[in-house]
Amino acid sequence: MVSAEQERILRNPKFQELVRTRSGFAWTLAALMLAIYLGFILLVAFARDLMAMKVGGGVTSLGIVLGLVVIVSAFALTGIYVQRANSRFDELTNDLRKEIS
Amino acid sequence: MRRLLYLPLAAALLGATATYAVSWAAPAMEGAVDRQGLNIAAIAMFFLFVVGTLFITYRAAASSKSAADFYAAGGGITGFQNGLAIAGDYMSAASFLGISGLVFATGFDGLIYSIGFLVGWPIVLFLIAERLRNLGKFTFADVASFRLDQTQIRILSATGTLVVVAFYLIAQMVGAGKLIQLLFGLEYLYAVVIVGALMIVYVAFGGMKATTWVQIIKACLLLGGATFMAFMVMLHFGFSPEAMFAEAVRIHPKGDDIMAPGGMVSDPISAISLGLALMFGTAGLPHILMRFFTVSDAQAARKSVFYATGFIAYFYILTFIIGFGAITFLMSDPSYYTAGAGGVINQVTGLLGGTNMAAVHLSNAVGGSLFLGFISAVAFATILAVVAGLTLAGASAVSHDLYAEVIARGRANEQKEVNISKMSAVVIGIVSIILGYIFENQNVAFMVGLAFAVAASCNFPVLLMSTMWKGCTTRGAMVGGFLGLISAVIMVVLSKAVWVQTLGFSQALFPYDNPALFSMTIAFVGIWAFSRMDASQRAKDEVASYDAQYVRSETGIGAASAHIH
Repeated sequence: MVSAEQERILRNPKFQELVRTRSGFAWTLAALMLAIYLGFILLVAFARDLMAMKVGGGVTSLGIVLGLVVIVSAFALTGIYVQRANSRFDELTNDLRKEIS
Repeated sequence: MRRLLYLPLAAALLGATATYAVSWAAPAMEGAVDRQGLNIAAIAMFFLFVVGTLFITYRAAASSKSAADFYAAGGGITGFQNGLAIAGDYMSAASFLGISGLVFATGFDGLIYSIGFLVGWPIVLFLIAERLRNLGKFTFADVASFRLDQTQIRILSATGTLVVVAFYLIAQMVGAGKLIQLLFGLEYLYAVVIVGALMIVYVAFGGMKATTWVQIIKACLLLGGATFMAFMVMLHFGFSPEAMFAEAVRIHPKGDDIMAPGGMVSDPISAISLGLALMFGTAGLPHILMRFFTVSDAQAARKSVFYATGFIAYFYILTFIIGFGAITFLMSDPSYYTAGAGGVINQVTGLLGGTNMAAVHLSNAVGGSLFLGFISAVAFATILAVVAGLTLAGASAVSHDLYAEVIARGRANEQKEVNISKMSAVVIGIVSIILGYIFENQNVAFMVGLAFAVAASCNFPVLLMSTMWKGCTTRGAMVGGFLGLISAVIMVVLSKAVWVQTLGFSQALFPYDNPALFSMTIAFVGIWAFSRMDASQRAKDEVASYDAQYVRSETGIGAASAHIH
């Protein structure tokens, strides 16, 4: 089932480091996104007064500010992942490819 | 509570326009000269869009020879282009008009839905995009069936794809008919036929190349138009959001309540269930997943999601500004309203054409009738781009999964497969015209919700478990995937939107608005339990071949390139 080349990759410490760090990083970010989103929804459902609270002395409410924070954080999290993947994960993958060939 | 289900789908728009179409007729007669003029501008600009995209389709058809060209645009789309195309695929007319209309009507609550539609994208990036590109070729079934039984898994994936496409497409067709009737004064049937015919032409002749460029052009037009509107609104308020909010609170009949949650999300189970459907449904939409095969490698797939998330986030911020802009620009101007009984104007629901027309009227207020024509044409183009993407995904499931792997058992020749795909696109187009016509006066608002729920409860669990869990077997994926699909459909049928509002029973048998929390659990537990109980030799082989799949999915070493040349 598994070819000799694949076997070598599986045993390669670079491969093991790559999958370990990347999956840990990706799952952490995914959990963070889920927590931010569900947290926002639960605040909307249960803490209306808190969300209606005025910030900055005008009519702008905390809910609007937090809503924008969720939108910006979704984009920021993808940015953080891409940044890390472009540098660290791609570097590990390229090293691995070189070692294999 | 029942609004909770409607809105997300912003398909409130789709159902609601049905009612308003009638009331639109009368004012249209009064302002005949004005409206005549702007209809011509809208039609002329839409005509330009159609001519331009047909030219692209013609060029694409000439250069699309192989299956890789047809399904994946030869793998030659860059990450940035693909990001735009994904955004074009995802930003429907329902999100543009529906969410800005929702902000116009309720203020803050509109924001809840735009957030729901956005947060699935990071999940796609972290868990799906790169593995998908490394393992697959043309459809997500390639990935799910990588080490599992081709026939069975492709039947499952194709069923999941076609169910999602069917419901999504019906909702889009009905919404398109209503919207075009409203904006252009065209007969409902003509509108549906035009949309159906154009999507057949784009997909059958131009394949993925033409579809991609239709989406890219549409995304640029929509983002450009929405940017201009939001800019004009902000300019009016000296770029101070606080000044805009203060003016909106002063004018809106609900006053300061528009700045806070309005009770749309009151039942936490429904809220979480809806949240899960939107978040994980995005990661299981077949027409979106297919887009990842149009780029050259995992790095480009990763970049496409980054750009797409940025464009979509930006777009939802614009719709929020546009909704508030509509409050401040339209609510104090009676010419945008039709008076109700006794000559009283309802400042929310009395809007000409209904609240979903808020963005359209705002375009007139900030840019005059020519810009109104432009935005109307963009709304039409938006529908076309979305239905073309759906049709292509449906046609690929029929030809690449059902025909090539199930019927011809992997012995199909490439040219025949592409021809079957083209024929399927024609059939899907004709069927959706017929269904669009049949469902004209039906409540279709629940259908987009059902499409997301099925995507989250069948496609996503199967994809995730087969790529990330070594123990996943064919039997587990089949049983769990179908359980998720069937339970999602049954729960939607038994929920208020269908059981009470469509079928006319007095009491909903399923108490929540969205099934995803339950149907996703059923799917994941089903896949896990039936994989565990599977002691067959095939199951052992499948578990043993996980390592080979794992190496390729994590590194891309050995990945299929869509490049043929």
